[in-house]
Amino acid sequence: MKRKGTLRQILLITDGCSNQGEDPVAMAALAREQGITVNVIGVLHEDTPEYQARGLREVEEIASMGGGISQIVYTRQLSQTVQMVTKKAMTQTIQGIVNSELQQILGNDYRVDDLPPEKRGEVIEVVDDLGETMDLEVIILIDASGSMENKLATVQESLIDLSISLNSRIGDNQFSMYAFPGKKKDVELLMDWNGRLDSLTTIFSKLSSGGITPTGPAIKEAIQAFTIRRSKRSLIRDDASSDEFLEESGM
Amino acid sequence: MMHHQMNFSKSPVCNLTPGTVIVGKWHKNRYTLMRRLGFGATGAVYLSKDANGNKVAVKIGQDNMSITSEVNVLKTFSRVQGNVLGPSLIDVDDWYYEKKQYPFYAMEYLEGENVLSFMKGKREEWVGILLVQLLTDLERLHKAGWAFGDLKPDNLIVVGPPYRIRLIDVGGTTLIGRSIKEYTEFFDRGYWGLGSRRAEPEYDLFAACMIMLNMAYPARFEKKAQPEKQLAAAVNKSPLLKRYRKIVINGLFGKYNSAEKMRNDLVHTLSTYKKQAPVADQEAMSRSVRRSNQKKKKTKILFETLLLASFLFIVYMFYLVSQTM
Ligand SMILES: Nc1ncnc2c1ncn2[C@@H]1O[C@H](COP(=O)(O)OP(=O)(O)OP(=O)(O)O)[C@@H](O)[C@H]1O
Repeated sequence: MKRKGTLRQILLITDGCSNQGEDPVAMAALAREQGITVNVIGVLHEDTPEYQARGLREVEEIASMGGGISQIVYTRQLSQTVQMVTKKAMTQTIQGIVNSELQQILGNDYRVDDLPPEKRGEVIEVVDDLGETMDLEVIILIDASGSMENKLATVQESLIDLSISLNSRIGDNQFSMYAFPGKKKDVELLMDWNGRLDSLTTIFSKLSSGGITPTGPAIKEAIQAFTIRRSKRSLIRDDASSDEFLEESGM
Repeated sequence: MMHHQMNFSKSPVCNLTPGTVIVGKWHKNRYTLMRRLGFGATGAVYLSKDANGNKVAVKIGQDNMSITSEVNVLKTFSRVQGNVLGPSLIDVDDWYYEKKQYPFYAMEYLEGENVLSFMKGKREEWVGILLVQLLTDLERLHKAGWAFGDLKPDNLIVVGPPYRIRLIDVGGTTLIGRSIKEYTEFFDRGYWGLGSRRAEPEYDLFAACMIMLNMAYPARFEKKAQPEKQLAAAVNKSPLLKRYRKIVINGLFGKYNSAEKMRNDLVHTLSTYKKQAPVADQEAMSRSVRRSNQKKKKTKILFETLLLASFLFIVYMFYLVSQTM
């Protein structure tokens, strides 16, 4: 149970409906098949929350298909939400792993809830422990469509905050970031794999917002980026075994 | 935290009516709910009566994970030497309600007042005394290998008299060296750009200082462009914190590596600080000199009464401080 592994997450920050390319809900399902969790944060406009809440139904669908967590917030709550969603999703994934291991030991239909309270404590300690020590790879996808323009400063702040939270863990973190639409392409790489997020200011100033919202293609791009990274890494050192451990758990 | 709060408020176990009887699935203990004390992200707390009619607090949650890790913490607390840190744990069980299973635990009911409302109308000595008591507990907690994490007025209750501050809601308590489990922005060093979210004594001491600032500024304040300067200015401008200025600044900027050191400085300040007559008083005095002798006499009597009162207060203060040791 002490085997360490890598958790893979996509964190999508968007304020609206996709309108270009593949269906993002289908792409989220594809990500999940590959052991990648998709979390979505829907950003509400302070002035038109009612109208927008309806449009953000897609947010919930993507996260639910992607095995992750969704959260709809006003801009000012973004910081605390981004780190909370990321951490919650990690715990949820790990709990899924631990639950399925328990089932293997104790038989199907057996869950942590069925253990007497005295025994549960030990299981939760294992979950806590893994959450603290496992490595984490996050690809952040930022909706840069026109309506997000005046929110990008807050998005940037919340990502720096996320980096403070995650870098306080014992495990290693790697982040990568894309914007959709980009300047030249539908999906553009803003930051390649990096352990920190505090050099974001320069990156964000380069963002220009466009009219389309290609959410599906962005998720697809992120899945590919994970695949490439994984194959590169297994060339360098053979950590296929620990990866396998997590892939089976993506559910 | 919004999402979960909104979710939980709709949970059937968040809105149970007084009189509801809860019987544990494993241990079969009965609890009769009297009223809801409050609810948060992980569950609702009800003032209840156990089978013998004793008052207890029962926390019912939805999510096994967070309830169980709170129970884990409360169990460790009971193993720490000395007074109990936090409410003592009485029972842990599950409850079947409307075909679903909900985890719950019963704990000691701490009858008291929230620190901020306790502080209303109190003089600055009380800031120091409550903090000395809090730091005593934090020191023991840190020595046992934990940081409290989500330290804020909502999680502190003043019981008594004799008044004693107590920690409640242990959801944020984290093993030292790990990342803080739960925090609240205003009290979080990471939010103010003054350090990481790694659990260590300095993290809690920062929050303790922010609690002092919250006593001085009950409405709190928003973060500005230069948080470091902003916090220092807030400390310096507060009359309530005047005598603690240096200590608060040191705590905010990570200069204390143990709760004990900060506590000792506070005790020292509390026992040696000489209050200078505020400027306004001095003016009033010099004016009264020009007035009649009779007035002078009156002032003198008043002064002596005040002196006696503050002497008695100091004696009482030492009594309270000694309560914490
Ligand atoms: N042992 C106790 N004795 C007396 N009051 C308590 C006790 N435990 C909790 N309370 C009160 O019940 C309320 C809810 O407590 P809870 O632990 O849920 O705190 P919270 O911070 O609101 O929630 P959460 O940690 O779940 O977000 C609080 O206002 C607290 O004052």
